[in-house]
Amino acid sequence: MIGAPILRVVLSKPSGAIGVTLVVGHVMLAVLSPLVLPHDPIAQSADLILQMPSLSYPFGTDRLGRDILSRVMLGGRSAMLIATLATLVAMVWGTVVGLLLALIGGRIDTHMMRIVDALSSIPGILIVMIFVAALGVGAAALIPILGYSYGLSVVYIARAAALDFVARDFVLAAQARGEARSTILIREILPNVRDTLAVQGAMQWSWLMLGITSLSFLGLGVAPPTPDWGLMIADARGVMPTAPWAVLWPMAMLSTLIVGVNLAADAFAKALGVDQQLRTVAA
Amino acid sequence: MLGLILRRMATGWITVVIVAVVVFIGVEVMPGDACTAMLGRDAARGDVLENCRDRMGLNRPPVERFVAWAGDLAQFDLGVSMKRERPIADIVGPRLRNTLILAAAAALAGVPLAIGLGVMVALRRERPFDIIVSTTALVAMTMPEFVAAALLILIFAIWLGWSAGVVTAAYDAPALALLFATPLPAVTLALVYMAHILRMVRSSVIDTAGADYILMARMKGVPERQIVLRHLLPNAILPTIPVIGLTLAWLLSGVVIVESAFNYPGLGRLAVNAVADRDLPLVQATALIFGLIYVSMTLIADLIAMALNPRLRTRRL
Repeated sequence: MIGAPILRVVLSKPSGAIGVTLVVGHVMLAVLSPLVLPHDPIAQSADLILQMPSLSYPFGTDRLGRDILSRVMLGGRSAMLIATLATLVAMVWGTVVGLLLALIGGRIDTHMMRIVDALSSIPGILIVMIFVAALGVGAAALIPILGYSYGLSVVYIARAAALDFVARDFVLAAQARGEARSTILIREILPNVRDTLAVQGAMQWSWLMLGITSLSFLGLGVAPPTPDWGLMIADARGVMPTAPWAVLWPMAMLSTLIVGVNLAADAFAKALGVDQQLRTVAA
Repeated sequence: MLGLILRRMATGWITVVIVAVVVFIGVEVMPGDACTAMLGRDAARGDVLENCRDRMGLNRPPVERFVAWAGDLAQFDLGVSMKRERPIADIVGPRLRNTLILAAAAALAGVPLAIGLGVMVALRRERPFDIIVSTTALVAMTMPEFVAAALLILIFAIWLGWSAGVVTAAYDAPALALLFATPLPAVTLALVYMAHILRMVRSSVIDTAGADYILMARMKGVPERQIVLRHLLPNAILPTIPVIGLTLAWLLSGVVIVESAFNYPGLGRLAVNAVADRDLPLVQATALIFGLIYVSMTLIADLIAMALNPRLRTRRL
């Protein structure tokens, strides 16, 4: 989908190269880490509580005597998996609704956007909290709820991106040929907004990572004892005076991932020439 | 003009109604209800369940219950908390005050600072000062609130010992006591949205500086100071005001996290606790209040923008 020339442009700038390196490094770590774990990430040990970083425990141990290096290596996996699936849900429904509204236009479009405005006015975290209150904690419940709530902003982006094209001659020609609405969407409009949506998808993914780790921090996301950065930070807050490393490592991991995704997405947006489009939509 | 304002306010109210419907449906479509949540899965059967449902009026059809609920809401009756068995208004009131204190402190200190810094870096574009501040803002934007909170506690409360790390004051403490207990919650809250405002103001000033009338003023020989104060800033800041309002409204979801991280006795932490207790009426009430605050903030931002910018007064909203 994104060819070698684009990748070369992205990598030629330091920010793009750093971003792509961070993302690739994180993904490889998440995929490969189960093969190279130094210790059992959930094995507790009363003798090893809050050990300073040492040769056998390079990142130290937490308040239950668990190896922080092993936990940090695995700590992004659940959140990344949930974020990826929720991004897919958000992008698919947001794109379909956004493009359809742009194509239909008129009163239906106006009224539907009012409803989308109203739905967007409930902070996403509250919607998630309402559902978690009733359904309990778990990925199965989180993915559709997060997908719905983050998809609302995709509707705006997809609709605005498509509005640039619905009045063009090639869409009119397709309509004159008698093409079905779904065909026009898939064959005529989607290819033109594909790059914008791809970059938006990457940004959505990073926001979802932030959202999920925040939920885990609140105790509403990933459930213990699964290693998770948000949970690790929540868990280590109480021991910060004596063991700051327990909270700093998961922070560093989360931050490098988010900064990496943002730098890479920015670089791709510039290389694909859609950065201006995304900015006008966001404003 | 008046008609425009009234229409904008009507839109706001429609939004509030939709929010109420969504909050109601959100709880309605889920398996189980307030009674099964309160009694627990094992106890919730037979007569016990029926009695509870009768008592809480859950046996009536959904539409009837929604009308009753909405009617109570219109009279500022938020219902009764299941877990705490007290009127929700009594629980929510003081905590809403605390959240507003926190948000106001963060906004009053942060917004002028963010606008000022944004203008300063824009006028010193691409120089070291701009690069340092803009990069810091970028990092602050990508940092989730709970990470910023933990980091600030670690640096200022534990390493430097300048202030307390978490709030220990009770929820009904006087306003000043809460505010001075520790500045860290307000700072954390301010940090994230300040970064957004700063970057927006910066790009707006830079865009405006390229306009023809600025070039014209410079060619006429208008002093640089006057160009900035009279020509550049009013035109650059104006369009950012509605967006600043929106940013402040989004600060609400930050409130939930920041309050939990600092143990601040506000509405956000109450909402998290209500979720943990599965106290559905309380969850509904807090979600609704957050929605209401959001709608009022965007409304106020729009009205201020209309007051300041004559061009908006003719546009159909």
